Amino acid sequence: MDYEFHWNVVFQNMPQLLNGAFVTLHVSVLAMLLGIVIAILLAIAKMNNTKFFSQVATVWVEIARNTPALFQIYMAYFGLGAFGIHLSPYVAVLSALVFINAGYLTETFRGGFQSIPSTQYSASKSLGMTSIQSYRYIILPQMLRRIYHPMTNQFVWSILMSSLGILVGMSELSGTTQRLQSLSFRTLEFFIVAAVMYFIITKLVLFASSLLARRLFKGEI
Amino acid sequence: MNSLFTPLSWSDSGLILTGVWNTVIISVVAIVVGTILGLIVGFARSESNKVVNAVFGSLLDVLRSVPLIIQLILFSTFMGAAGSPLAPFVAGSIVLSLYTMAFMAEVFRGGFESVSPSMQTAARSLGMTKWQTIYHIRLPIGLRAVFPSWLGVSLSVIKDSALVSVIGYMELLRTSEQLISRTQQPLEILIGVGIFYFIISYPLSYYGRYVERKMAI
Amino acid sequence: MISVQNVHKSFGDLEVLKGVSLDVQKGEVVSVIGGSGSGKSTLLYCINAIETINSGKILVDDVDVHAKSTNKDKLRQKLGMVFQQWNSFPHMTVLENAALAPRIVKKMSKEEAMEIAKKELEHVGLGDKLDVYPTKMSGGQQQRLAIARALAMKPDYMLLDEVTSALDPELVGEVLDTLRLLAEEGMTMICVTHEMGFARDVSDRVAYFHQGVIAEIGEARQVITDPQNPLTQKFLSKVR
Repeated sequence: MDYEFHWNVVFQNMPQLLNGAFVTLHVSVLAMLLGIVIAILLAIAKMNNTKFFSQVATVWVEIARNTPALFQIYMAYFGLGAFGIHLSPYVAVLSALVFINAGYLTETFRGGFQSIPSTQYSASKSLGMTSIQSYRYIILPQMLRRIYHPMTNQFVWSILMSSLGILVGMSELSGTTQRLQSLSFRTLEFFIVAAVMYFIITKLVLFASSLLARRLFKGEI
Repeated sequence: MNSLFTPLSWSDSGLILTGVWNTVIISVVAIVVGTILGLIVGFARSESNKVVNAVFGSLLDVLRSVPLIIQLILFSTFMGAAGSPLAPFVAGSIVLSLYTMAFMAEVFRGGFESVSPSMQTAARSLGMTKWQTIYHIRLPIGLRAVFPSWLGVSLSVIKDSALVSVIGYMELLRTSEQLISRTQQPLEILIGVGIFYFIISYPLSYYGRYVERKMAI
Repeated sequence: MISVQNVHKSFGDLEVLKGVSLDVQKGEVVSVIGGSGSGKSTLLYCINAIETINSGKILVDDVDVHAKSTNKDKLRQKLGMVFQQWNSFPHMTVLENAALAPRIVKKMSKEEAMEIAKKELEHVGLGDKLDVYPTKMSGGQQQRLAIARALAMKPDYMLLDEVTSALDPELVGEVLDTLRLLAEEGMTMICVTHEMGFARDVSDRVAYFHQGVIAEIGEARQVITDPQNPLTQKFLSKVR
């Protein structure tokens, strides 16, 4: 192989890459937080007896789970244009990730909730706790333990999928890498560094998550 | 409408069908190859010692922790730089298959490890050889247990195959992107694309959940 | 005093309680026996207002349990309940399990709640398990924890729903011993049970449930050893 690696240009552009990595984290965290809020509402709606609410939630969940992330991003970026809504790349990627996160997390939350035996609720009621106290001290803490790992995985997925920003010109890590390599033609070097950075980010997130879990959840289930 | 753009017409159906076909074919290749490789690697991991496991494990870990789109760009650029550029279909199939393998291997490993040692001891006590035990006991039980997860990975491969467009493969989403830039009718085209994916994916995911429920009882 | 007056209760089309009346005095231990599905557990759930009733009345210390105006959470503080499945809270240590309700329901200080919880745990013989998580304990130990958890609320009555049915045979004894201790200390108890020996020796009265009604009730030894109702005789001959 006659290819000669030139790393200097990559390291000169490190600040920009780091900035891209920051945007990646930024958009993923935001997509996760908004996704969680919406998923809580959708999970409640899905378990609701009112047909309308549970159907809206079901449609959301099934579309999010059964279409590609890239489709969601194109829909947000190009598709909404038909309604005169023009989103910036950042907002388009963010809303697609929020849409999908909400869909997957809805099922996670619902499953987590249903996995807590109803007898835990009766037991806390029998001790004189109010409904709110039963949820606050008994149901939700146990639920959080069960949904913690799926949530971590969803967050990692968000980080990896935000790389699709490259296709709509967003300046997160992949998009920044793409722009910088096109200026210097050191495609391999730039993308190798980007791959390493994604790997490190993912590992750091998983590490932080397990540290937090150890602090939050004493005792096992 | 501007004369530069021409609206969607029936003559585009050939292009769309090509896109559909290309999406289906690369997904099938990746699922088949990924499953076979994943089965081998997953089995090897459940059998082998700590050192081999750690090496294999970290390799798979890299495949799962780097975005697919970066892997695609890297591999295809690398082959180009190495002097043997690959057609988008070939490069895409290789990367997508290895990516699938990384997830399948974990699925299968979990399945094999879920077969209890006492069941294997029982089989051995009946006079089965090691390989008979593997073939008649561990494989069937392990595979049945992981079917829903296998289906889940396969479904995400179908969806992830859209990313192969980044190296120039004319799958459905890239086809539609071209049609959009020509017709300026993004909504209609994208909704059509979405329906296509949904029609393939929804019945499978529904079936997967059905099997999972049935196995849980 | 707990007073159950002509209570009817249905689940859909299925009537489980068909006019049940039962008075339990302070300090009394009443065992309820009967086949599965006879409605005996449902009665406990109705007394504790976990289930609603269709007609009739249940009074606890002259308070109408099912009246709209009754604060049921407050009422349940008087009624300790232990379930067939011990339902320990798996995310808390043994001590936290027992101290939680005194702290958040009775608004005690943390120290005070811990103190009471510790005392009750020692009471049931779990004094050396305070910092253990319940999932690490045997069923018998978890069931004793459930009893201590209920006792920490200083209830006036204890409702026990087949507390030994889900236990391995060798663990039944330790839980029954704990209940015997409570009976000796004068705790008012209604025990739904399959342990005929326990019913005979520990309770004051025994009620035999058959298809949603009390078919026979009387002094414990008499009902178990010399039942008058042919239905009771048939049931007892089967369980022996």
